[in-house]
Amino acid sequence: MEQSPLSDADLHIRSICKSFGKKDVLRGIDLDVCNGEFVTLLGPSGCGKTTLLRIIGGFEKADSGEVLLGSEVISNRSPNKRPINTVFQSYALFPHLNVYENVAFGLRSRKVNEDEIDMRVKEMMKLSQITDLAEEFPETLSGGQKQRVALARALVNEPGILLLDEPLSALDANLRKSLQRELKVLQRKTSITFILVTHDQDEAIAVSDRILVMNHGRIEQSGTPEEVYEHPVSRFVATFIGEANILECKRIDNKSVEAMFGTLEVNRIPQWEAGGVAVRMEDIFVHDQKIEKPNVFPAHIQERIFRGDYWEFLMNLNGTVVNVMTDPDELYEVGSDIFLEFAPEYLQVLCD
Amino acid sequence: MTKPPKYEVFEGKLTTRCRMKWEGTLLSAPGMLTLFIFLLLPIVGLIVLAFMQRGAYGTINWTPSVDNLKRLIGFSSFGWAPDNAVIVARSLILATVTTLICLLIAFPMSFWIAAHKKSTRALLLALVMVPSCTNLVIRTYAWMLVLGAQMPPTWIARAIGLIGETDSLYPGQFAVYIGMVSSMLPFAVLPLYTSVERLDWNIVEATRDLYASPLRSFCHGVLSQMKSGIVASIILTLVPSLGMYVVSDLLGGSKYMLIGNLIQQQFGSASDWPFGAMLGVILILASVLSLAVFQKVGGGRNYV
Repeated sequence: MEQSPLSDADLHIRSICKSFGKKDVLRGIDLDVCNGEFVTLLGPSGCGKTTLLRIIGGFEKADSGEVLLGSEVISNRSPNKRPINTVFQSYALFPHLNVYENVAFGLRSRKVNEDEIDMRVKEMMKLSQITDLAEEFPETLSGGQKQRVALARALVNEPGILLLDEPLSALDANLRKSLQRELKVLQRKTSITFILVTHDQDEAIAVSDRILVMNHGRIEQSGTPEEVYEHPVSRFVATFIGEANILECKRIDNKSVEAMFGTLEVNRIPQWEAGGVAVRMEDIFVHDQKIEKPNVFPAHIQERIFRGDYWEFLMNLNGTVVNVMTDPDELYEVGSDIFLEFAPEYLQVLCD
Repeated sequence: MTKPPKYEVFEGKLTTRCRMKWEGTLLSAPGMLTLFIFLLLPIVGLIVLAFMQRGAYGTINWTPSVDNLKRLIGFSSFGWAPDNAVIVARSLILATVTTLICLLIAFPMSFWIAAHKKSTRALLLALVMVPSCTNLVIRTYAWMLVLGAQMPPTWIARAIGLIGETDSLYPGQFAVYIGMVSSMLPFAVLPLYTSVERLDWNIVEATRDLYASPLRSFCHGVLSQMKSGIVASIILTLVPSLGMYVVSDLLGGSKYMLIGNLIQQQFGSASDWPFGAMLGVILILASVLSLAVFQKVGGGRNYV
């Protein structure tokens, strides 16, 4: 099969800046994406993630900086001259063409011969499980079907990179989950580089090899889902991905900080005089009695919330309220007094 | 046990399908009746009249025949003379060409208007519409003055050799086209502008993303989405152009006749109502036919 000449190349983004009027949307983005990687740009709306995607796709021009594919600068190429395809947020299927013709569109644009088009389109439709829909027009399709067609329409071109702009955001939760799995499987099968934009942290964690957390036009943290979840570097990352308790602390020395309810031992050296220490709600341990370990403090159970697969407690430590998660069988009564352990290895000293 | 009626909720009321049908009929009755009395009956009358004869002194001779049709095609009592057919053909050509020119001007214009910011767009659209607020006859008289022999457009046309040294732009075919296009343009611009404003640019981007050349991108990304707007534009220009006669009457000079002028003549000075009726029927047929064709092309929406 025909292969794009650049499909083996890695994507490099060099100090991209972009502003719309007075608003700086991207403030110096540097990013390298390896061939075959599944990268997710995660961030709240307005963080610049979609703009970055559009710059990679060629729909937006950066004010400064470069986009390189392998060693070649592609910043100035128009979208139809880039070996990159996009799955648009609204799918943007062609309403006047049926599913088959939608999928065939890119190949026809490139004047691939008719037999090969037919073969590749049919193969792609089979892979995406839309063979039965070949004669349908987009307006008769459900959201999930449209999504599959949009994906097939992009992938049939065997692009070097596939850009996905919140492709699952319009679908309901169950369908979204099953399509996340399919997306992951598809990416592994095709080994095409996927760059996904989403504001859904669960989606990002579920599908990505690497997550780039974006905020205010910058990449705040880059790492595997585990790294980003377990070791958030900033307040923003800690609260945007999963739920975390942020303890306001003052620095005592390199190994300890002063929280509102007592002195905490930490493993990482705080870089501030006053700042935040994050701890996930499942990383706080509850004990009936005082035990001889570092960072154990008495607390009072203020509220108890049943969450299905776990219990959530609001624990009051001398005025500071923290959320704690326990297994369903670890049940404590509201109003009772217990001890909370903040193990130093689970305390994340943030940068701010 | 009898089957209970199937209740449905319509506009917050519990009702049945049968009841809805009755209510609908009742509510639309006044409109239907008006259309029947003032549109359908006269058209039937017109069709009947078209197959009658002119009697002495403008009376009607009630014997059915197809003489009017023959006369229209060109068989006159003095042999072959296709004057009437020429007039009909000229009308069709004028209407078609006017529509084409309007479309060619309106297309870039609607993109240009849509590219402005919102407040400017409203102003520009108003400017497009303002001329239509003036009476057509007055506007046409204005063109008579502008295109007259002593006015700059005529000097320029003479200077660059478009017309002879003693000719002027008015009266003549050129003046008729100017008058037609200027009066029809707003009706071409508005539907096109609306469809430009509604364009889903994601689809255009998708064509670019899928390696389409600019031309292919334009056809599949832009034109495909504007199809219904283009059809509406054509219909709104073509149908009124077919029956227009004030413009050609005033700007075309005595020799420039259109089907509209011919009809007016039959019901006026010629006192030949049956032939006028036949011409009217032909005009209605032409309009309905073009509507039907473009409705088919446009797909989905109904304009008839």
